[in-house]
Amino acid sequence: MSSAVAIDIAGVSKRYTIGLVERPTQFRESIASMFSAPWKRLRQLGSGRRAATDFWALRDVSFDVRIGDVVGIIGPNGAGKSTLLKVLSRITPPTSGHIDLDGRVSSLLEVGTGFHPELTGRENIFLNGAILGMYRSEIRRKFDAIVSFAELEQFIDTPVKHYSSGMSVRLAFSVAAHLEPEILIIDEVLAVGDLHFRNRCLGRMREMRGEGRTVLFVSHDLTSVRQLCNRAILLLGGGVFGEGAPDEITRRYEQMNQDPSMGAAGAADRVNPPPHYHLHRVELRNASGCITRSFDAGDVMEIHLWSCGRAPADSFTAEFKLYNDSDEMISFGSANPVRDTYFQSSQQHFICRLGPLPLTEGAYSLSFTVRVWNQPRWDFWEKAIGFDIERCDLFKTGHGVSSLHDGDFVIPQEWLAGD
Amino acid sequence: MAQPIQRHLRIEPAGSWQGLQLAELWRYRELLYFFVWRDIKVRYKQTVLGALWAVIQPLAGTALFTLFFGRLGGLSRQVDGSYSLFVYVGLSLWTFYANAVALAANSLVGSSHLIAKVYFPRLLIPLAAIFSGLIDFLVAFGFLVVLMVVYRVPPSAVILTLPLFVLGTMAVAAGVGALFSALVVSYRDFRYVIGFVVQLWLFATPVLYTLDSIPTEWRVLYAANPMVGMISGFRAAVLGRPLPLDVILTSTVVAALLLTGGLRYFTSIQRRFADVI
Repeated sequence: MSSAVAIDIAGVSKRYTIGLVERPTQFRESIASMFSAPWKRLRQLGSGRRAATDFWALRDVSFDVRIGDVVGIIGPNGAGKSTLLKVLSRITPPTSGHIDLDGRVSSLLEVGTGFHPELTGRENIFLNGAILGMYRSEIRRKFDAIVSFAELEQFIDTPVKHYSSGMSVRLAFSVAAHLEPEILIIDEVLAVGDLHFRNRCLGRMREMRGEGRTVLFVSHDLTSVRQLCNRAILLLGGGVFGEGAPDEITRRYEQMNQDPSMGAAGAADRVNPPPHYHLHRVELRNASGCITRSFDAGDVMEIHLWSCGRAPADSFTAEFKLYNDSDEMISFGSANPVRDTYFQSSQQHFICRLGPLPLTEGAYSLSFTVRVWNQPRWDFWEKAIGFDIERCDLFKTGHGVSSLHDGDFVIPQEWLAGD
Repeated sequence: MAQPIQRHLRIEPAGSWQGLQLAELWRYRELLYFFVWRDIKVRYKQTVLGALWAVIQPLAGTALFTLFFGRLGGLSRQVDGSYSLFVYVGLSLWTFYANAVALAANSLVGSSHLIAKVYFPRLLIPLAAIFSGLIDFLVAFGFLVVLMVVYRVPPSAVILTLPLFVLGTMAVAAGVGALFSALVVSYRDFRYVIGFVVQLWLFATPVLYTLDSIPTEWRVLYAANPMVGMISGFRAAVLGRPLPLDVILTSTVVAALLLTGGLRYFTSIQRRFADVI
């Protein structure tokens, strides 16, 4: 059995030492600390005292991955997912325990690492390929395939700084997709690009599963864990909280999220859905992909919507309406005409990245519509989900702005002394 | 086909002396090549004069020093032959050294993004900074050949020892560069230190004055600055003078110690870079 193990993680712990950070709240104090801090630091160095606290990002994590397994690692923010990835990728050493890896490993914590804007697409393919562990001969052999996969034949000798962000992501992903590791360690955060890119990324992972490669991936998207993986591991507080079949583990994680003691819900399922085509689930996620209902002003919110099946027509749109606490509609947004994004009828998962939110402190709610623009709506999910703006201090002054007295929005502003 | 990535790999806690892991460095030699290639490409993109800057830098220095130290300071009297040529020979190697050390020292912090996202032997980064300076040195050396023709200095057999001093300079730069790059990761203060250390170091090295102006009883101690041996050896090789063997030997020993010490410090903390950078 042991010969079939690709990754063996044995009692891995990782401790970070966090320096004690004193936050000056007043400008005067921060000026004063500018002068006093060096002395304070020198004193601390001299006395050998560590003004620091220890933080265990991973605690005694043990599990193994068999050859050909596709394992999804899930868990809330701060559960240790990224740290585990970093330890597995040899970016940071474990504090104790050890890991054995058998097979050619590639780890992909982001796409396009080491891309240099001054270099051309061609040059970056070679550089990025080498950084990811490919040999020059290998890159040369795959070069044409990489370029045509990225659909960038015309621009391959243009410096990457002239590329659109979509183009550079395509190029970067194309290089990564041509890696041929036996073990792939991948952070799924990179799949949260645009929908097209995300689907391609997931498609490539599906292929790798078919090729019998071992994949370990960290994911925030429970749906893709269910679709792609044959095993899931739930991390919590730096330790393995559960492992087993993806369906069971993801369900356990979802229940945890709904349990108020584990964190307020930021997801809702439709109660009494209409019999026809409808939206059935919504999730609000913060920038790190965590499901939550609490945000701060200035945050970017990611709204995930799922529909129950094929849409009645192509080129449709999803819309939201935003309401304040007194049920007044204060804003509207849509895939089109606002952003010229058209969904095909096979599309069942929609993402709206909203923000930075300019909202003041208070409670808000969202309603959703799906339809072809200017035609009768197929579904209207009223007051689908609520969320809170906990803190509105966009200019870091220490003064919050509340929707109770100060309106619903803060507009970026600057105040100057005139003549 | 051998791949940069091993078949079997064990990941263990840091702390134990990891060694230089030369075998691993060798496996990653192509990445070193790509880093060097990138640095050179990027350095001269969008510059009009391009590699000419590699000549301008020591040449401008030579002009300045000839005026202030040679003419006004009277140092040119120490030198038989052209003081300008004397200074340019020294400065061409010194410029390589000073740039290599400065680039290497800041290289890790400049590549913090790579260090946080990908594994490779961290030593490749300061090494790439040093190797990329070598191309500039070759250009500056090409101009030196032109100067030798102009000043009618024929090469002698001693010139065959020249590569040794370039190698020695690279060893010193690697030791000092590795040491400072690792220090800068934890203490950014060293960024400022390296600037004036290199500046003062120039005056502690016989670039602008002759080795013979140092009293004989101090020579060996003076040669504890490893660049003393490298610069005076390099100059003797180019101008066809007898090699100052006592000085070269002392400097070589110190250079070897410096290289070992620098690499040792680097490798002892390299695995923590991602946590502190």
